[in-house]
Amino acid sequence: MSVNQDKLRDIKEQDRYDFRTEIDYVHRSRRGIGVDVVHEISALKGEPQWMLDFRLKALDIFLEMPMPEWGVDLGALDFEEFYYFMRATDTKKRTWEEVPDAIKDTFDKLGIPEAERKYLAGVETQMDSEAVYSSLKEEWESQGILFVDMDTAVREHPELVQAHISTVVPIRDNKFAALNSAFWSGGSFVYVPKGVNVEIPLQAYFRINAQSLGQFERTIIIADEGSNVHYIEGCTAPQYAEAALHTGVIEIFVRKGAHARYTTIQNWSRNVYNLVTQRAVVDEDGLMEWVDGNLGSGVTMKYPAVILKGARARGMILSIAFAGDDQHYDAGAKAIHLAPDTNSIITSKSISKGNGRSGFRGLVHVARGAERAQSKVVCDALLLDPESRSDTYPYIDVSEDNSKIEHEATVSKISEDQLFYLMSRGLTEEQASAIIINGFLEPFVKELPMEYAVELNRLIQLQMEGSVG
Amino acid sequence: MALEIRDLHVAVDGKEILKGVSLNVERGSTHALMGPNGSGKSTLSYTLMGHPKYLITQGDALIDGVSLLEMTPDQRARAGLFLAMQYPVAISGVSLYSFLHAATSAVRGFGDRSARPARGRFNAHLMPMREFRKEVNGKLDLLEMDPVFLRRYLNEGFSGGEKKRAEILQMALLKPKFSVLDETDSGLDIDALRIVSKGINALQDELNMGLLVITHYQRILNYIHPDVVHIFVDGRVVKTGDAKLAEILEEQGYEWVRQELALGD
Ligand SMILES: Nc1ncnc2c1ncn2[C@@H]1O[C@H](COP(=O)(O)OP(=O)(O)O)[C@@H](O)[C@H]1O
Ligand SMILES: [Mg+2]
Repeated sequence: MSVNQDKLRDIKEQDRYDFRTEIDYVHRSRRGIGVDVVHEISALKGEPQWMLDFRLKALDIFLEMPMPEWGVDLGALDFEEFYYFMRATDTKKRTWEEVPDAIKDTFDKLGIPEAERKYLAGVETQMDSEAVYSSLKEEWESQGILFVDMDTAVREHPELVQAHISTVVPIRDNKFAALNSAFWSGGSFVYVPKGVNVEIPLQAYFRINAQSLGQFERTIIIADEGSNVHYIEGCTAPQYAEAALHTGVIEIFVRKGAHARYTTIQNWSRNVYNLVTQRAVVDEDGLMEWVDGNLGSGVTMKYPAVILKGARARGMILSIAFAGDDQHYDAGAKAIHLAPDTNSIITSKSISKGNGRSGFRGLVHVARGAERAQSKVVCDALLLDPESRSDTYPYIDVSEDNSKIEHEATVSKISEDQLFYLMSRGLTEEQASAIIINGFLEPFVKELPMEYAVELNRLIQLQMEGSVG
Repeated sequence: MALEIRDLHVAVDGKEILKGVSLNVERGSTHALMGPNGSGKSTLSYTLMGHPKYLITQGDALIDGVSLLEMTPDQRARAGLFLAMQYPVAISGVSLYSFLHAATSAVRGFGDRSARPARGRFNAHLMPMREFRKEVNGKLDLLEMDPVFLRRYLNEGFSGGEKKRAEILQMALLKPKFSVLDETDSGLDIDALRIVSKGINALQDELNMGLLVITHYQRILNYIHPDVVHIFVDGRVVKTGDAKLAEILEEQGYEWVRQELALGD
């Protein structure tokens, strides 16, 4: 563990740190946490009083809550070290020359188009796809769909935001949820009206001035009765993060008979602590699907959850984690069954390479009254090296006798015979391993939109070569 | 131009299995290697292909005069050697199509040309899709295989016969100079055996391939006519002859060979 922490610190102090100091900002709060910082953020955003009050209350809660003492080692995390609000200047952008070579190199290897590279590296704050976005936006508006950044939502739809924010993830849920509540910036607000089917997935980076990929994103998605929506956050390309602390809060409301899917692939640079709370509440006959890919960051804690509140509500949580050298994931999934005939399926696949470590916590809770609840938890771990590690921690808590809970866990290694077979067909050992790994991840990858699937496969190959920046 | 095996001794887990095997398979020729179960036939084929479990204690194996011993299995494949395995392993989640695409591209040098994708193109290390697709379809026709097969995961849930056909499909795409067919006939019913054999013969003509056909039945040799037949017992070639030898063996069984050997001693 100390290796991990040292490495994080090293990365921070090397080129990335220098790089960070070269950039000019119009607004940047002082380093560290304080009431003054909260006031400053709220004022800069021109927020109403209720939001300022919300932030201040959250700050109090954050300060009084202890650090989590389980999962990953957060001993090296010093909250005073970070900036909690940054807004780049509009006139003087970071120039392409200033982007570290390691990042440029990775873009090269991935074959990311020029326009996207600049955006991903933070050189540009918006994509060239503005035209595409505008035409989509018109269509969305004609269907009554709201898809805006959270700041806009607070300004233009305060009653909707107020009615939903922190109702699924309470401020006091965990220390990082409280931190996010106090300092959030960026994130999306999505409302899909009754019966509306959103055909094209909503992608965060379509949004103009997408600051959503920011360090404290706050997202709310409401899928009203009988609607259908797929939201995609993040992307497979490596994201260069300014700040090394990322704590997001995502709250999703799946109303009666609605279907929501949230896909995220996170590939933050290795200097990042990624501590995210994502949770959905599902009404009767609703379906929530979390599709969650984790490739980057140094330390990750993340446990997507479904609260199955209405009868026959269903939840699916499908996740993968690739823990390379010096990476530590403590991931998991939670299914809370509160109503009869609810159903959850949790599938986790993890790969650990070198001294990478991945842990999976699967929590299934069946409350009294959730009769005939069914849950299936499957965890498959693939270890690539003798020193790699994987741990599974099932937590099952059932108050109804007639519920059916299944739990399966496998740990495997790439077999010598499989490698030999593929190599005997002309594939190098590296290629052969990558193919076996892609096969292992196939149940996840086939749930992704085509372009993401292609990038993910390529990215995994790069992870295998140990050459991701 | 030959696959040469010179006095090969091989041990597995410290136990000697091959006890001095010598063979010389010229390009374009067909050798049959017949022997009872457990005599070491698969050990020979795995060793030639470079399975890490098999330790060569003595001797050499060469392809066109170049020793294989220092080569990794993928280098051997790219040097023109192919092994149709007796028990191909399954690889879950990998479609037969994508596997064939990757393997064909690797053997034909697409992988060498650009290990990294070219600017803006993800699959520069792969053979162009359309060209590949066309070729696969041709080979599927040759082996009378249904294209839906390509969508299945590699060897997963394949019947014995389907696995063997898939092995020959791979051979057809990789275009080797020399192929070792390890009990390709087992698991094939009589119709399938005829179709697959016809395919093998066509490929041999097309590629001028040297074939080492390993079997313990004479059956496949009715379709693939050997120039030379070797009888293999207890890690050694004990008798070499022409196609008639296979027929005698079929009639008399291995006991006959053992008796002959005992008499000879
Ligand atoms: N991987 C292995 N590990 C241990 N023993 C093996 C292995 N492969 C082969 N053997 C042993 O070597 C002998 C020859 O086996 P094999 O080459 O499979 O024979 P054949 O193909 O002629 O039936 C057998 O006694 C078998 O048990
Ligand atoms: Mg055998």
